[in-house]
Amino acid sequence: MKIDIRNARVIDPASGRDESVPLFVADGRIASIGAAPDGFRPDRTIDATGLVACPGLVDLSARLREPGFEYRATLESEMQAAVAGGVTSLACPPDTDPPLDEPGLVEMLKRRAESLRQARVFPLGALTLGLRGEKIAEMGELAEAGCVAFFQADAPLTDLNVLLQAMRYAATFGHAVWLRPQDSHLAHGGVAHEGEVSTRLGLPPIPAVAETVALHVILELAESTGARVHLARLSTARGVALVAAAKARGLPVTCDVGVHHLLLCDRDAGDFNANMNLVPPLRGPADRDALRRGLADGTIDAVCSDHTPVDDDAKQVPFGEAEPGATGLELLLPLVLQWGAGMKLPLAATLAAATSRAAAVLGIEAGTLAPGRPADLCLFDPERHWVVMPAALASQGRNSPFLGLELVGRVVTTLVDGRVVYTG
Amino acid sequence: MGRSIQIDAQGRLVHLLTTEGLPAEMILHILDTAAQFVSVNEREVKKVPLLRGKSIFNVFFENSTRTRTTFEIAAKRLSADVINLNIGASSTAKGETLLDTVWNLQAMDADMFVVRHAEAGAPHLIARNVKPGVHVVNAGDGRHAHPTQGLLDMYTIRHYKKDFSRLVVAIVGDVLHSRVARSEIHALKTLGVPDVRVIGPKTLLPADIERLGVRVFHDLAEGLRDCDVVITLRLQNERMSGPLLPSAGEFHKAYGLTPDRLARARPDAIVMHPGPLNRGVEIDSGVADGTHSVIMPQVTFGIAVRMAVMAILAGNA
Repeated sequence: MKIDIRNARVIDPASGRDESVPLFVADGRIASIGAAPDGFRPDRTIDATGLVACPGLVDLSARLREPGFEYRATLESEMQAAVAGGVTSLACPPDTDPPLDEPGLVEMLKRRAESLRQARVFPLGALTLGLRGEKIAEMGELAEAGCVAFFQADAPLTDLNVLLQAMRYAATFGHAVWLRPQDSHLAHGGVAHEGEVSTRLGLPPIPAVAETVALHVILELAESTGARVHLARLSTARGVALVAAAKARGLPVTCDVGVHHLLLCDRDAGDFNANMNLVPPLRGPADRDALRRGLADGTIDAVCSDHTPVDDDAKQVPFGEAEPGATGLELLLPLVLQWGAGMKLPLAATLAAATSRAAAVLGIEAGTLAPGRPADLCLFDPERHWVVMPAALASQGRNSPFLGLELVGRVVTTLVDGRVVYTG
Repeated sequence: MGRSIQIDAQGRLVHLLTTEGLPAEMILHILDTAAQFVSVNEREVKKVPLLRGKSIFNVFFENSTRTRTTFEIAAKRLSADVINLNIGASSTAKGETLLDTVWNLQAMDADMFVVRHAEAGAPHLIARNVKPGVHVVNAGDGRHAHPTQGLLDMYTIRHYKKDFSRLVVAIVGDVLHSRVARSEIHALKTLGVPDVRVIGPKTLLPADIERLGVRVFHDLAEGLRDCDVVITLRLQNERMSGPLLPSAGEFHKAYGLTPDRLARARPDAIVMHPGPLNRGVEIDSGVADGTHSVIMPQVTFGIAVRMAVMAILAGNA
């Protein structure tokens, strides 16, 4: 299959290219940009007038809810949501039921995902068996089965000896260790950022030190063990500063932020809007602003949707009892664009945070338009205004802080391996 | 933050969920209405037919015999039919969601729900999901709000002090877990009290509490100086053993209200407590039963204030 994509504004964040040129796809790969390859005879021509063509988005965290939580979402619905959001590669956390702690589960998930022929799925294996924080999982076996890194997800890991040994073991084989920095004792029972809003609403608080204390521990262990550490979902200004300092002294750490935390803060919870109950909690305005700047200046490596489909029943309860999380795959692009516009970034720099920079965290061959690379593409209309209507989402999760709000930027066509997998 | 869900476009009270954002005129209207009911309660036949034929459901997801009883008495004195439901700590234990419970009761033609729940915001959720014309009264939600208690305390303060505009009011003890303290602070600020203080150890004061317009004191003697009103808060038993305090005894030593310490306040200061009392912990018997104490009048006024809230919500006052 040869495709000629015409009249698009082609943006390749990795190379900084941003120009209106034709883009040629052949045999599932980017053939060339600008001049057609010799003797190129397209089977299909896509007129992309008014659209941006960029690498398909790379999402560092999307919960697909399989196995175990099929009542919340299925692989079919969530993979459809991914390509509808222009996401062509995604990492899925291991907090399924059972957790992704044995190779058979990972192989089955990969096989199921591949059979749908939509986005590429990169499973994150459980760092500890059953995510119980007691015994390290079989990282070698899991890596062979397709795990790209090892993550403790939101499960507590209170025994620091287990963490130390997990990092040493991972460092032995070069596996990346992902951790969401939060001290489970300091966060115990909390559901909202500790501050004026949690005080007003009487919601049990999670102090900022729950994150920073954990960061100090992780960074110290990372330095001592030499493990490659990725810090998932930073939420505080002080956390951003700690990571910046660690990077400045040469630690090989990376980190990400959930897209909601770039645009929202604790004040947006209003009168107990359970759709604002997220993990980590939405923090103060100064934290949000530091995250926005941190992603722009590169302290934070990438942004992710932290896609977490939750069924309506689990949100139609008081704030503190609500299942945390928000659907995100289909909102990632417009929300990232909103952040980039707010920061007055060039479009290429904005898109880098959800493409090339995310691919670099995962160490995968994606997020770029370099000739010869797989043709994973997102064509989107950067000017299209649309209102987030729950029934119109492909994801089974209709839980979003942005329900009923207008966003700008909509995916029109998504290609994976040079195949059109979504047309809006 | 919008609190408009409890007040409709015409400025009428449709639910009572929190004292935050409640306009001063509305608070005073409730207090004035309550004053009329105080005289009803002093009559031999303590009953008015204002809510005859109305069904009021006391839905308590968290048990509290005392608070439920005060609402029950208030409703009965208004001639309403009262149905008490103690659903216990968890509705999910019965396999039914909070909203399913409420919708079921609504189908039995409830006119008003009086709700207590361990989770902050539960009454808001219910208020957003009932039919128009059905009213919700928050009888305490988590640490968030207990507006009728806050209002009865305003009634009590006005009864003894007349004017809010020159008062010094101190709230002492476990402010962190206290929905009463929050409801009092919002009402006091709205009514123009110039000096509202909270006094307690750093472990029992919530973050950024000063953003609610209060002054923070950690020293009881200093905080009590020149106070017109001293409100002591109940220290829950479970707080005495957790990581927040070493012991009830040490709390009493630093923050227990004794006659000696009360002497720091103004000579005509009143002492209030939302009950139930922990004698010898947050308050000494000498103070609780002393001449400054207005704890029993608080209870009496509480019935009238709850009658006023229900009558206003039902549109009959």
